Amino acid sequence: MDVLTLSRLQFAITSMFHFIFVPLTLGLSIMVAYMETRYVTSGNELYLKMAKFWGKLFLINFALGVVTGITLEFQFGMNWAEYSKYVGDIFGAPLAVEATMAFFMESVFIGVWIFGWNKVSKRMHAISIWLVAIATNLSALWILLANGWMQHPVGFVLRNGRAEMVDFLALLTNPYGLLKFGHQIVSGYTVAAFFVMGVSAWHLLRKNRPDFFKTSFRMGASFALVSTLLVAVVGDFHAVEVAKTQPTKFAAMESVWETKRGVGLNLLLIPSELKECNVVEQICIPKMVSLLAFHTPNAEIKGLKDFPKSERPPVTPVFFSFRLMVGLGFLFIFLALVALFLSRRGTLENHPLFLKVMLFALPLPYIANQLGWIVAEMGRQPWIVYGVLKTSDAVSKAISTPQVLGSLIGFTLLYGTLGCIDIFLLTKYARKGPDDDLSAIIKPTRN
Amino acid sequence: MELQIIWFVLWAVLWAVYFMLDGFVLGAGMLHLFLGKNDGERRVIINTLGPVWDGNEVWLITAGGATFAAFPTTYALMFSYLYTALLLLLFALIVRGVSFEFRGKGEGDLWKRSWDTAILVSSFLPALLFGVAFGNIFAGLPMDAAGYHGSLMYLLNPYGLLTGILFVLLFLVHGTLYLSVKTVGDLSLRARAAAEKLWPALLVVAVAFLGYTKFATRLYDNFFSAPYLLIVPLLAVAALLGIRILTAKGNLLGAFASSCVTIVMVVFTGVIGLFPNLIPSNLDPAYSLTIFNSSSSPYTLKIMTLVVALFLPIVIAYKIWVYRVFRGKVTVQEVLEDKQAY
Repeated sequence: MDVLTLSRLQFAITSMFHFIFVPLTLGLSIMVAYMETRYVTSGNELYLKMAKFWGKLFLINFALGVVTGITLEFQFGMNWAEYSKYVGDIFGAPLAVEATMAFFMESVFIGVWIFGWNKVSKRMHAISIWLVAIATNLSALWILLANGWMQHPVGFVLRNGRAEMVDFLALLTNPYGLLKFGHQIVSGYTVAAFFVMGVSAWHLLRKNRPDFFKTSFRMGASFALVSTLLVAVVGDFHAVEVAKTQPTKFAAMESVWETKRGVGLNLLLIPSELKECNVVEQICIPKMVSLLAFHTPNAEIKGLKDFPKSERPPVTPVFFSFRLMVGLGFLFIFLALVALFLSRRGTLENHPLFLKVMLFALPLPYIANQLGWIVAEMGRQPWIVYGVLKTSDAVSKAISTPQVLGSLIGFTLLYGTLGCIDIFLLTKYARKGPDDDLSAIIKPTRN
Repeated sequence: MELQIIWFVLWAVLWAVYFMLDGFVLGAGMLHLFLGKNDGERRVIINTLGPVWDGNEVWLITAGGATFAAFPTTYALMFSYLYTALLLLLFALIVRGVSFEFRGKGEGDLWKRSWDTAILVSSFLPALLFGVAFGNIFAGLPMDAAGYHGSLMYLLNPYGLLTGILFVLLFLVHGTLYLSVKTVGDLSLRARAAAEKLWPALLVVAVAFLGYTKFATRLYDNFFSAPYLLIVPLLAVAALLGIRILTAKGNLLGAFASSCVTIVMVVFTGVIGLFPNLIPSNLDPAYSLTIFNSSSSPYTLKIMTLVVALFLPIVIAYKIWVYRVFRGKVTVQEVLEDKQAY
């Protein structure tokens, strides 16, 4: 394998690994902040115990999210030097802003939250976790504006042999980036909601601490319903934006080969890149693809055959990832509805089968998040910056195959080990359940 | 003032603050196994770092991000040229962060000992590698029209290694002084004794470094053409001597402050010597990466200046606040009581 392939593989592995932790951080920070706020406003210690229990799981997950993020920043320079040289003038800015605006805030206030139980007031302590939650979501905004620029580059001119920024505001208001941000954060909230419901289901099945886990489950269910609905709504607008700005990606997502008006949606479909057509097309909903793409039933969809082969993304993985993601999205809405219905009626524990389903549904939103990113990044190929720079022209010139092979193996081993340890710790603390001894925290002073 | 110069100064400040803040975390990390005689004391050491290490590391991420945004060509070439060294650095930083977080979350001797070793290695390696990297940047990298002609082995040349050892010792002294301030009793005394023992070694290496720099680099050229700049290295030397004097007087907080000044002035000395280069070429000066030939466009620099002017003061304000919140000493009893602690 060459430097390009290895570098792509390495970026894929390291960013997907990073992305196991990020979505949960996005959502669970908000849920923990909400729990602690309930405690501060009501004085009910149940909510304090909830904030502490879910907060511990949050921290175990958070640590790996933070450290694996640095890898991505480093890799832009290490493996993608030509990219960094060519677009650094505009792409570097959101990354630097992310560090100044979000990373400092996140890292400082997470310290206050972990170590400050007795050092700051109850109210300040709750504000700290809110600041962490805001910072985490802000960081998502900046990195997705950066990624949104790679998908739909705006606000630049090609000058002095590179892409130079001429309009920062255009970068900030790039609809592609903003929709991606919206779609991503609510997907993260979905992961967190299903995480909380899944862990609670495990305990409820064993009749551990029903008061605690029923309240947690119910909070998760409300959070889940709102998020899953928003994922679908924002996702729909996002797809429209893709159809408008990235016709090759959209054609691959729906596997449309011929340019047509009023394209229907085949529920069963198998694409063949070799034959440049779909070998199976069954159960067609007429005009549905056109409707989804442009919100008008007779809109024209550009087919893949309209583009030279060298400019098409790999169709099969993009198509199936997209289908599966959308399917999972609908499943999440359904599960969230049932979860909310049962937990509001207070009859959760009478439905062990549903609790089991919710336990096994825990990893599904994680998978949906990864699939979404496969669609976004593979669907953009062969471009690294859509229409501006090819991925093959972006790789560093100064690195060799053995170097990248070595780093790839290193990352795989290190990340594999850390991933196992993290899952071990998460499982351990999730099974342990809440800690009732609040003496160390509630004590007014300590010396 | 030209925007590139503003960003050069900012670049220097970000690195200096990073080394000043993460320096004591790296130093304490290298020493916690030796200074902490039992698990309780080791936990105390880790807990003195707990609330601040992550925030300190962000200065590195910001220094990286600022290099990317302001000097993208330097960012791209430096990171791809120093691929293997940076990879090792990255692995170490990953392991260090995780170790702090995970060490206290499991039971058993093997678990704790493994993380202790991990903390030791992952604190030593960055200290050394940062020194090696900066030593080589001071001396210039072998680059010309054909690109880069170095390798990891090349970086481990005598001057690079000497700078590496200088950084390790600077951070060791810095870390011991931090711990002597932040802990009580035997542990604090042990930390202070270690600082006193390490200081002469630091002095010897610092003198050797200053001498070798004359032959291995062109850093002194700028100082000779503008002698008033010599105030910076002189301050570095004065602060280095100040550490010894203040430690002997028992003013440990003052000694730590002096150590902060030393580190900042050492970084400034190197960076002033580099100007206007970011990475000089030691083959042909025409291929040096300077702040002028590798910077972003004026528009981007203007936007970034605005962002920094707006947000950096806020960052500094809450950083100062957080150090005030955690200003007290950490004790074994306190750590044992606190279930959130590391």
